[in-house]
Amino acid sequence: MSPAQTSTVPARAAAPTRDRILAQTRFETGTLLRNGEQLLVALVLPAMALVGLALSHSPSLGPGARIDVAVPGVLALAVISTAFTGQAISTAFDRRYGVLRLLGVSPLGRSGLLVAKALAVLMIELLQFVVIGALGLGFGWQPKWIGLLPAALLTLLGTWAFVALALLLAGTLRAEGVLALANLIWVAFLALGGVIVPPSQMPAGLSHLAALLPSGALGSGLRAAFIDGQLAVVPVLVLVLWAVVATALASRTFAWSD
Amino acid sequence: MRDLAKRFGATTALAGMTWAARRGQVTAVLGPNGAGKTTTIECAEGLQRPDSGEVRVLGTDPWQAGPDHRAAVGVMLQEGGLPNASTPVRLLRHLAAFHRSPADVDALVERLGIDAFSGTTVRRLSGGQKQRVALAAALIGRPEVAFLDEPTAGLDPHARLDAWDLLRQTRDTGCAVIVTTHSFEEAERLADHIVIVNRGRVATQGSIAELTGEHSLEKVYFSHTRESAR
Repeated sequence: MSPAQTSTVPARAAAPTRDRILAQTRFETGTLLRNGEQLLVALVLPAMALVGLALSHSPSLGPGARIDVAVPGVLALAVISTAFTGQAISTAFDRRYGVLRLLGVSPLGRSGLLVAKALAVLMIELLQFVVIGALGLGFGWQPKWIGLLPAALLTLLGTWAFVALALLLAGTLRAEGVLALANLIWVAFLALGGVIVPPSQMPAGLSHLAALLPSGALGSGLRAAFIDGQLAVVPVLVLVLWAVVATALASRTFAWSD
Repeated sequence: MRDLAKRFGATTALAGMTWAARRGQVTAVLGPNGAGKTTTIECAEGLQRPDSGEVRVLGTDPWQAGPDHRAAVGVMLQEGGLPNASTPVRLLRHLAAFHRSPADVDALVERLGIDAFSGTTVRRLSGGQKQRVALAAALIGRPEVAFLDEPTAGLDPHARLDAWDLLRQTRDTGCAVIVTTHSFEEAERLADHIVIVNRGRVATQGSIAELTGEHSLEKVYFSHTRESAR
């Protein structure tokens, strides 16, 4: 074929990988921010929890300034809301309506979709941290700022673990089942999972269980980071274990259509 | 595609499916429910992997084909595949961003009458409105091959004529347009090549003139697919 001929044929090429992924990240982030229920779970409920904790004396959060213990717990709750409950529900319904299949055969592709979803979750978490952090500072929160580094690591690991758990649910169960279960598990994490109330302040049997859950590990890890400015090793190991196991299971069981 | 076979558990979906579609033609795949139309199309889109046989689309194996291949292939799924929470125009602009040289979104939107409901979320659209958005989504990348699974199902007669015009125009750009349909009228009025499938294989195929001769397409269809009627 001569160059003259090729130039008359319009190029049906994909946009560069980076552009495709960023476009999908923007689209997913925008969709989440426009969705009232998602905003309620991602921002309003954690903010209400923080206000409630700041203005009351129960439940007991243990030693230390109450607000300093409360804010990292609420940040952990925010991560769970977005990375677990939000992703499980939105992915389950995208799967039900064939969205995952359509995007899978678009130039974006399956791997591009996964990367974009992870980036969108991190974008929302950044927004949550800014809003909840500002609210906490307003209530007199005094974090160890050096703790931002371990907190960032914990948040990344927690996001990995919770997104993998979300995909495990969303890729195997019917959308209605995911909707019910993802909300139920969020409540269970909140009540018994060591997110807001540190595992050390829970009854003996429950405290060990909570410390081994990803929720308790993320809460404890963020508290150690912001209260002591330290990287807590056990929570990191617990989160990595959950993340690896959930990723292995999800990649084996995830069905792109239901 | 040559000699495609695919089983789902005890069900045989494809049992030696062989046909080809040409550029600059509309190929209609016609057949009863369960004849293997959707499975065939999904194998060509790379959504299913055949157990045996060979599919080539633009010379490429569609299973795990790269982004440039996917950019040249337009897909309209039977279930739509549109994200519920988005509005049509926002979605189409977004999908256009996956392509280096996409179609003109505004022109496509106007052409298919999508501007009349551009502010409504996909969730609240009627079946026919969703069909139009899904068709626009399939053509947004100015594809060289378009696989459209029942593209006009649920459209009112006016919208159907508009969709046919658009598909003819797409064909005239040199695109290979492949539609599955239950409608003889659609096959007769739109298709350059008709493939009648039954029980996972091709029952007969050809141009409308070759197939019908002195009988109607309806008659030819039933004579080739009748034994599967329950």
